[in-house]
Amino acid sequence: MRRLWAVLGAVALLAACSRPEDAPAVRAADTLTGGLTVFAAASLADAFADAEAVIERDHRGLSITFNFAGSQVLVQQIAEGAPADVVATADTKTMDKLVAAGLVERPAVLARNTLVIAVEPGNPEGIAGLADLARPDLAVVLADPSVPVGAYAAAALDHAGVTVRPKSLELDVKAALAKVTAGEADAAIVYATDVTAAKGRAASVAIADADNQVVTYPIAVVRATAHKRAARELVTELARGRGRAALRAHGFLLP
Amino acid sequence: MTLAARVEVRRGTLQLECELTANDGEVVAVVGPNGAGKTTLLRALAGLTPIDAGRIELDGKVVDDPAQRTFVVPEQRRVGVVFQDGQLFPHLSAVENVAFGPRSAGVSRREATARAETWLDRLGLAGKGGDRPSQLSGGQAQRVALARALASDPAMLLLDEPLTALDAATRVEVRRDLGRHLRAFPGVPILVTHDPVDALALADRIVVLEMGRVVQEGTADEIVARPRSPYVAELVGTNLYRGTATSGVVRTDGEGTITSATTASGPVCATVHPRAVALHTSRPEGTPRNVWPVRVTHVERLTDRVRVQLAGPLGIVAEVTLAAVDELGLREGAEVWAAVKATEVDVYEA
Amino acid sequence: MRRRAVPLPAMALAAVAVAAFALPLVALAVRAPWSDAWRHLTTHEARQAFVLSMETSLLATAVAVVLGVPLAWVQARVDYPGRNFVRALTTLPMVLPPVVGGTALLLALGRRGIAGQYLDDVGVHLPFHVSGAVVAEAFVAMPFLVLTLEAAFRSVDTRLEDAARTLGASQWTVFRRVTLPLVRPSLVAGAVLCWARALGEFGATITFAGNLPGKTQTLPLFVYVRFEGADPAAAIVLSLAMMAVSLAVLLALRDRWLGLR
Repeated sequence: MRRLWAVLGAVALLAACSRPEDAPAVRAADTLTGGLTVFAAASLADAFADAEAVIERDHRGLSITFNFAGSQVLVQQIAEGAPADVVATADTKTMDKLVAAGLVERPAVLARNTLVIAVEPGNPEGIAGLADLARPDLAVVLADPSVPVGAYAAAALDHAGVTVRPKSLELDVKAALAKVTAGEADAAIVYATDVTAAKGRAASVAIADADNQVVTYPIAVVRATAHKRAARELVTELARGRGRAALRAHGFLLP
Repeated sequence: MTLAARVEVRRGTLQLECELTANDGEVVAVVGPNGAGKTTLLRALAGLTPIDAGRIELDGKVVDDPAQRTFVVPEQRRVGVVFQDGQLFPHLSAVENVAFGPRSAGVSRREATARAETWLDRLGLAGKGGDRPSQLSGGQAQRVALARALASDPAMLLLDEPLTALDAATRVEVRRDLGRHLRAFPGVPILVTHDPVDALALADRIVVLEMGRVVQEGTADEIVARPRSPYVAELVGTNLYRGTATSGVVRTDGEGTITSATTASGPVCATVHPRAVALHTSRPEGTPRNVWPVRVTHVERLTDRVRVQLAGPLGIVAEVTLAAVDELGLREGAEVWAAVKATEVDVYEA
Repeated sequence: MRRRAVPLPAMALAAVAVAAFALPLVALAVRAPWSDAWRHLTTHEARQAFVLSMETSLLATAVAVVLGVPLAWVQARVDYPGRNFVRALTTLPMVLPPVVGGTALLLALGRRGIAGQYLDDVGVHLPFHVSGAVVAEAFVAMPFLVLTLEAAFRSVDTRLEDAARTLGASQWTVFRRVTLPLVRPSLVAGAVLCWARALGEFGATITFAGNLPGKTQTLPLFVYVRFEGADPAAAIVLSLAMMAVSLAVLLALRDRWLGLR
């Protein structure tokens, strides 16, 4: 009798180890399935699109829907009860609002970003740093301070002691960059990742480390989600798993 | 002020081709059935519709000549128009309407208003100046329209069916006033109407327009005495036959013969007044040279007499008294005899 | 006079429609921080945005009237090949998403725009300037005026104009003293609609003119920034203010000018 059990046990073990490359898919129950909604800051759009493709390939039963918008809008929507499972913002300040309101679980750091000055390819105006943005002949566009990148830009300029008269305070970072790529503005302060995403339609001028702001992107599970387990797994995938490669490829700094 | 016009206009199915002349002091009426082209003619004279060919000359000045590429716009011709329905400006008061012409000519508002009030007075509308067109009666509105046209001091006055929109009683009154003003008008007045009574009452000369062409022209008396087309005959209220005469016997086109007391020969028109038609229940003996059986097709009661339409070898309309209707048993389908004396048949060149 | 009985289903549906219109506006009024309202209304930036909005919307309406009246007249009276296409073209801004309109304006009149690149040379700068906001607002709002007015011109009895001409009035005098007065109710209605649309314009303004307090931050932009930023209370108060102004204008004009003499 004991021998039968040993044989059965060996067979079971063999079966379990039989196809190692398929191991994750054949795992007893794939908990990362179903439809999940991720609210994410606009600047994460391209990186997350790539991550989505990879992750969904690995988890066939999974379907991710993204809602990209300015962090402020996302917070507003979640506070009003919008159906998000996971949220990733472009700064800790906005995420803190959700934490304080008890709407999310403890956030993890997804990625980091730095600011750059976006200019037209070839830098026709010869902009070298933040100080040049004060030139009266330049059309400079910033994001509105109510948007995270706008607040960071203002802090950076403040630290560098530069006074800029922007021509417009755009409502999200993509719009600010768009004004530069369209040729309407000479410069805008955006994230490094935004210039990477522009694929040659914009060039970047570095901002001195001393003045630069490191932007932290937190990601958290929304408490009101109906798929807590899956949501937590997705956060892990994005922050520690497949998501990392995609984020790095788009110019983000990883923790 | 004289008018010499040769007008040719092609508009859809209408082909208007006519000549019209008029002189100072002569009231001309253009009469015709609907669709004859009367309004088109009037619009051409006013300059609202350019002519396709021909020539319009007002007082020696050419205002429309396609061949010479001359065209004077309506606002530069001194032509006043009284439209059917008046066409008063609804947003202006009566006096403002009348003052419109002078003000368009550059006259000051005060002066123009004074002139307008004078005209309204002349037309018996004193005190109505402040009223809006919607507050005026039909007759009053028509008079304002006339005042408005006259106040712009035109050399030619065109009136398009000026009395048609009025009810019977108002018509009589306005017709009387209109006649007076037309005669007093120093320029050329041309009246367009489809109502024979208006034409006969107001005009010195009548031009009959049918299907875009002039079929007859003359004084009221001439037209009445010698109608030359069925329309005019209808207008005048008489029986008309066209045909060929041989020594006074007229063989009508398509119908029977009628004998007159004349010796006319050749193509002729023959008229018989309805009152000259005697009706009998049986074939009458005696003198009438024209006797034939007829059948009643329609009986129309007028105010104090009756018109009876009769079909037979020669169709005819008779006019009888109310009493006769009963005596003769005149109703649709009745068979009677018609008799007309030769002397009652008027024959003249076609 | 006996009143005609209104069928119940019609009344019920009408009531639902009224509620649908009224509810969001009532919510605005109910949630407004009334105790703080005056403070929010009188901040420098709020007043700036308010004044700017009034200026740009009125200017945009003026532009729409100056250009729209002749256009409407031509569309109504002149039969030329391609007239239907032109009508569709001039109606397009009404159905285009405003941001698309703004982008199109940028491509046409921006610094690198097909026509804009020449404007720079003559010293005309539209993006980032008040004039840009006026252009954006006029672009989206003018169709309202043109559409209303074209229909009105069509319905004017041309015989009245004929009468005026026979009385010696030049074409311009006919237009000024006969045609225009006759379409006045539609002109007023169209201009009011146009103004209201211009006042509320957001997408085209921000895309073409940008968002800068004092220069291009009109009231709708101000409200949006406050609402998404740290100051939803200010947003609600200013929204109410805009609503009150619009309501007042619509009420004042309803009877007197819109043909009910």
